[in-house]
Parts: sequence; structure tokens; C-alpha cells
Amino acid sequence: MGNVLILTEHQNGHLKKVSFELASKASELASHMGGEVQAVVIGSHVAGVSDLGKYGVKKIFTLFEASLEKYNTENYAAILSHIIQEHRPDIVLAVAGSMGKDLLPRVAARLKTGLMTDCTDLKMEGGKLVATRPIYAGKAFVDVKIPESTPQMATIRPNSFPIHERGGGAQVIPVVIQLGETRARMKEVVQGAHQGVDLTEAEVIVAGGRSLKSAENFKLLEELANVLGGAVGASRAAVDSGYVSHDIQVGQTGKTVNPKLYIACGISGAIQHLAGMRTSKVIVAINKDPEAPIFKKADYGIVEDLFRVVPLLTKELKKVLAE
Amino acid sequence: MKIGVLIKQVPDTATNIKIAANGAGIDPTGIKYVVSPYDEIAIEEGLKTKEKVGGEVVVVSLGPVRCVVVDSYLTARILASVLEKENFDILFVGKQAADNDCAQVGPMVAEFLGWPQVTVVEKIELNEARSGAVVARRVGGGAKEIYDVSLPAVIAVEKGLNNPRYASLPGIMKAKSKPLTTLKAADLVGGEKARVEVTHYRLPPERPEGRILKGEAEQVVPELVRLLREEAKVI
Repeated sequence: MGNVLILTEHQNGHLKKVSFELASKASELASHMGGEVQAVVIGSHVAGVSDLGKYGVKKIFTLFEASLEKYNTENYAAILSHIIQEHRPDIVLAVAGSMGKDLLPRVAARLKTGLMTDCTDLKMEGGKLVATRPIYAGKAFVDVKIPESTPQMATIRPNSFPIHERGGGAQVIPVVIQLGETRARMKEVVQGAHQGVDLTEAEVIVAGGRSLKSAENFKLLEELANVLGGAVGASRAAVDSGYVSHDIQVGQTGKTVNPKLYIACGISGAIQHLAGMRTSKVIVAINKDPEAPIFKKADYGIVEDLFRVVPLLTKELKKVLAE
Repeated sequence: MKIGVLIKQVPDTATNIKIAANGAGIDPTGIKYVVSPYDEIAIEEGLKTKEKVGGEVVVVSLGPVRCVVVDSYLTARILASVLEKENFDILFVGKQAADNDCAQVGPMVAEFLGWPQVTVVEKIELNEARSGAVVARRVGGGAKEIYDVSLPAVIAVEKGLNNPRYASLPGIMKAKSKPLTTLKAADLVGGEKARVEVTHYRLPPERPEGRILKGEAEQVVPELVRLLREEAKVI
């Protein structure tokens, strides 16, 4: 009893960093309950799954089939529900990303239990999981719990928990499940024009506002983001002006992000935007308007034209990081 | 086609959220309520679909939910109990409501109805026979997944799918004469309980006062880089 089951994520045949974040936090929760951490890996082939043992996972349930290469809500829901019903964990954790947000509500409904979405903190209180999650895109926070039904399910926001190596090994257990026909089938994945780091998982984000004045000028931000291994984001004003597509919009009605470093370039800091990035660990604001509300939230501010500062910053970082 | 759309009323996204004095909810004073932005896109897609293939659009909403947290599970159970009697061919929902941001009701309704789902949809094309659709689902890193989905299905819509029209004055007048049926949740799913309980509301911690780096760009940029490395330790 007291076990925590995590649904891992992987890309190009390797586990993603966020899987180790999940495992690390799950270990801490399981130790409070005297239980163990179990992991689920679904896909066609994933290398090095036993690495999860280092982060406290004791059992790894794998289901590798060519047909599972592409995500499929119905099949993945059948697999995860089956494993949960078989092994009866107290808590189920997944990543609040494209897959977790699509899959976990479906599984929770099937198991007649609750789900806490996009949590930024988890703790045990009186034997129950208490999760902290943003509402109104981060303008407020709530503590939530699932008092009666089991398992208690939650999706967590990437970059919310540090990774802890604990040592130890895990047992890999292949799972066999008969999969049926599905009614929503992924035919292909089309990569975007600015393929790169997912905004919600990025450790560094360089974001631009309407002051960028054109789609072309966003290249300046891309260059800066590339030096830092980060992603480019935008304010709603920049998206509505047609400079960039909606999928990189940060804020309410866009993405809520949680990077280590957020560099806001020419962003005034409308309340909807601040809501989506305020949990960033360090915020840098570059704006020529000294009255811009973004400066109230920034750790470091530079009151200057972004077209002067950004190229200089890119050059300086290239120099310093090359040393 | 019989097209269903789920909508919810939420505070305008420009609202500065405050917490009620007892910490048990948000302070409703001065809040202007609007249709959740993603639900507007769902309504527009319903109307566009009707204009193209004929049929009717039926909107279903659950309320009053102003400042009252109704958990996603219970919401989806109540809505599904209504939807299952309506024989919809397709159901459009917002990918999430712009208040609790749970993004759960669409997939949960799909599960309760036993239908397939595609979420975060930014493009949809029905096939000739109206028995299925090709849809594009936005995922991380700028990528799109393209699905073949058979109908009926739940389609949770993302910004970018369409540009919601403004309600015209004649339209608003006509809306007053549309049939409106009010049902009671207790009659639909009597005894069903919420699964998630909110124990506490709070505002996010204020960020400590930051620092404006003063001087010429040529001086402050190296200073910023030094601070990011040595003080903030983020690069």
C-alpha cells in the first residue's frame, strides 16, 4: 500500500528529463506513505528505462509495440487504466503536457476518481495528497485534494521539482494487453517552422511583444534563445499583430510557463501575460518605457530599446559561454 | 448534423483576481463575466459547421458557477447525462475554461459518452459523408499531430481554429426567442459527488523588488550577464 505510479514521457527513444522530476517527487511522497514508486513506459522502444531506478523507482511496467509509437488516447487510456486497476496505487502522477492533459482526465473518468491538473507543488497531509495548482492562469493558487476516491491523480507542471538521485535498481516488468480498434488515429506528426524546445518545458524563454514590430525581428530573439538553449515566446499583442503563431503565446489564453530564466523583450506586462510567466525563477525585462508594469515583476530590468540591448546581449553571452 | 457546444461563463481575462476575505473563494466584486474565450471558438466552429453542412447547433451550459467551484468530474457527469439524450453528431468544447484551467471536462465527457476525443484542435475538416474528420492537434515544440477521427466525437478547440464573429444586434434580438430548457442537476445525477475538494485559495507570493540596471547598454549588458551567472546562477 502507499504506492505511487508515474506515467513517464520520452522523445526519440529516450526518457525526458521531466520523467526523472516525476520519479524524484514520487519517491519523496512514497517514502511518507511507506510505499514504493512504480513507473509506466508506453511506446515502441525506449532505451535505458532502468535508469529510473536511480531516482527511486522500484518497478517499471513497459509496454512496447510498434503500434504504440504514436500517441493514441484510447489505447493509452486502456493500458494505463489496466495497470492502475491491476496494481492499485494510491497516487498516480503524470506530466501536465500534451499527452497528460489529454489522457489523464479520460482515465480518471473511467476509474471514477478525481484529477488535479497542472500542479506546481505536492505534499502529503493526513495521509492525503495535497496539491497546489494555479487558477486563472496563475493569478491565484488553490490547494486541492481528493478526499475519498482512489487513486488520487495529478498532473505536474514541468520544471516544478528538482531531480534527486537516490541510487538503487528497478525491476522491469513487460505488460501484455490486448489492444482494440481505435476511432481517433494519428496519421502523422507535422513539425512546426520553429521546431525546438517546448515552451512549457523550456529552462530559458526569450519572449517578445508588439515592440518587435515584425515577424522578421523575432529572429533577434531566436538568436538569443539559441545561445541559451532556450525557446522563443510572445505576448498576446505580438500574436494578435500576426508576428508569430499562437502556439508560442505566453499568458492567459496561451501557455503558462515555468522556466529558470525568462527574458521579456519589449513586453509591457499586461495582467494576462504576467499571469502566465510569474512563476519563472528569474525574470529579466528589457523595455524602453520605464513605467512598463513588467519592471515590477522583474528581478533585473534594463530601461533601453530592445533593438540595442538584445544583439549586445546575444554577443556577450556567446563570448562568456564560450569561455 | 446535430452539433453540440459546451460553454461556460468566466471572469473577463483582464480581471485582477482577488481572494474573498474568508479565503474560501475569489472575491466576485466588480468582476465582469464573459463566455470563456475557448468556448467562443467552439461556438464559432459549431456555427460554421452548420452553415456548411446544415443542421442545428445546441449549446449546453452548466451554472450558476460564478465563483462556485464545481469539480470537473461532477461537471462532466452532469453534462454527459444531458448530452447522451441529444444524439449529437459532434461536440465542440473549449480546450479548457479560462478560470480553473483544468482542461478535463472535454475528455471526461468523451469517456462518459464512450466517444473518441481529440483535444487542442486548431484545424478540422469533415469528410464528404460526415462520418469522420481530419483534425490537427497542436502539441509541444510547434508540432501538430494529424488525426483521422470517426464521429460522433468530442473536439476540444484551441485558439487559431477560427476567429469568433461578433454577435450582431439582430442576432442578439433573435437569441431571445430561441428555446431555452433549464434542467436541475439533482434530477440528472442525484447523489453524485465532487471528487476534488479545494481547501484553500491564495494569491501568488509577491515577487521581491527587482533591480534596474542603470547606464549605457554597453556597460549594463555585461553586468546583466555577470549577475545572471554569479548572483542568480541561471546560466
